[in-house]
Amino acid sequence: MEHKIQLTKKDRLAVAWRSTFLQGSWNYERMQNGGWVFSMIPAIKRLYTTTEDRAAALKRHLEFFNTHPYLASPILGVTLALEEERANGATVDDVTIQGVKVGMMGPLAGVGDPVFWFTVRPMLGALGAALAMDGKIIGPILFFILWNLIRMGFMWYTQEFGYRTGAKITDNLSGGLLQKITKGASILGMFVLAALVERWVSINFKSIVSKIDLDEKAVVDWAHIPSGTEGIKQALIQAQSGLALTQEKVTTLQNNLDQLIPGLMPLLLTFLCMWLLRKKVSPIIIILGLFIIGILGHVIGLL
Amino acid sequence: MTLSIFAIVLVIIIAFLAGMEGILDQFQFHQPLVACSLIGLVTGNIEAGVLLGGHLQMIALGWANIGAAVAPDAALASVASAIILVLGGQGRYGVSTAIAVAIPLAVAGLFLTMVVRTLAVPIVHMMDNAARKGDIRRIEFLQIVAIFMQGLRIAIPAAALLFIPASTVQTILNWMPKWLTEGMAIGGGMVVAVGYAMVINMMANKEVWPFFVIGFVVAAISQLTLIALGALGIALALLYLNLSERSGFANGSNNTGDPLDDILNDY
Repeated sequence: MEHKIQLTKKDRLAVAWRSTFLQGSWNYERMQNGGWVFSMIPAIKRLYTTTEDRAAALKRHLEFFNTHPYLASPILGVTLALEEERANGATVDDVTIQGVKVGMMGPLAGVGDPVFWFTVRPMLGALGAALAMDGKIIGPILFFILWNLIRMGFMWYTQEFGYRTGAKITDNLSGGLLQKITKGASILGMFVLAALVERWVSINFKSIVSKIDLDEKAVVDWAHIPSGTEGIKQALIQAQSGLALTQEKVTTLQNNLDQLIPGLMPLLLTFLCMWLLRKKVSPIIIILGLFIIGILGHVIGLL
Repeated sequence: MTLSIFAIVLVIIIAFLAGMEGILDQFQFHQPLVACSLIGLVTGNIEAGVLLGGHLQMIALGWANIGAAVAPDAALASVASAIILVLGGQGRYGVSTAIAVAIPLAVAGLFLTMVVRTLAVPIVHMMDNAARKGDIRRIEFLQIVAIFMQGLRIAIPAAALLFIPASTVQTILNWMPKWLTEGMAIGGGMVVAVGYAMVINMMANKEVWPFFVIGFVVAAISQLTLIALGALGIALALLYLNLSERSGFANGSNNTGDPLDDILNDY
């Protein structure tokens, strides 16, 4: 019996590393096709020896392809398994291979976007950014390391999973697992995004709604405070017990809004942006518009 | 401040990496948090760089290219605004101006991306030709050329910016009146909402809106850190998935492993 040609672990690692550059030649015609063939090359070299076979394989893998860059890994794994069978004489024709690729890329892209771009990256990004805005260098480091650990682990293990499962992977994945992952990510994503809206969208209305003269007993008794450090101490004690520092209580529009629910205006602004986006207003226009509103609002003293 | 040759070379390398990553989307060198911090690091402005990165990251959190929707370009925005921050020499006080400068740059970067993605079309045609001849090395070479184009997309504008004398940048920055920079900082606080709105629009459906409400209300408790909120969110998601699986509504009628559905089908 003829010796079976098999892809070594080294070949599969080379494919995984090359798939990092999947989007490198992203183009408007066939999208990720150049990166896909680039990723497959270590396997093509191992499996096919004649120039004709190699040429056919290269052509086969230059067809249209586009999915989420990380979810291409399980598809690569399955394709590696199929190519291996084909090289060993099994009847796996071009249509089968292209069919598997196209059949998987749509549903998998539908998982990758909500999981990676809408949930994991906003979460890790916000975590890192929150630390960074306090001037802590650990912020960017944490983001970079965590993200790349998750990404590399995911890409390698899903590629291996695809390689081992082969074409049967579609049965495994269609059993509701993909839907579950997508739904879980959406729930987590919506939860975290709401928190981010509350905490990091900032609108501060400066306009003063009311000025009230407070009762004398509600204010720190400045007339009877001794001078020096003893006086500062007494004033602080009085202020801490709930007395106001000045005679006038100034209430801005912002104070009133925060009493309804903190973050109400950021929430409404987010809804406005969502509505505009759904009306097909370009995000760029909205961003520039908000800057203009910020400048005008500041000049007239509203913001 | 004026930069040494060594620092200039490092900044251009970082810009190149950011440009590559702007399309590859793997290591995340194009994310403001990483790019701005690195440029701050190599130019000796680590504190200001990290601050700028953090603020810009909050704005760019929801920027992702999905399908036909094109998001503003984070790579050019972070690299160019970080360079302007460094040349301006105002340290952490220049951060809000740099943020305002970054936004129009994100738009400019978008057009550059489209140009390069169009230029990649003839490259894959050359790949087709190489494939016919079974020329593996040429395909590899062409792929690398395409990646280089993406790197140069950011490295060239960055290099051009670095050649503007620092004094010119400072004059322009000082010329900007206070009401303008303050107003732009206020605008920057609001712009964050656009990125979030983009992502929410993608994910929102009837089923997940209640989780948005819970997240919004809970976030007002300022003692809860982001990690605590994340843990709470994961717990809620798991709870919901398990409960809905048990009650059999999780995947609707297309779930074959669903006993309720089997019973209904039997009748």
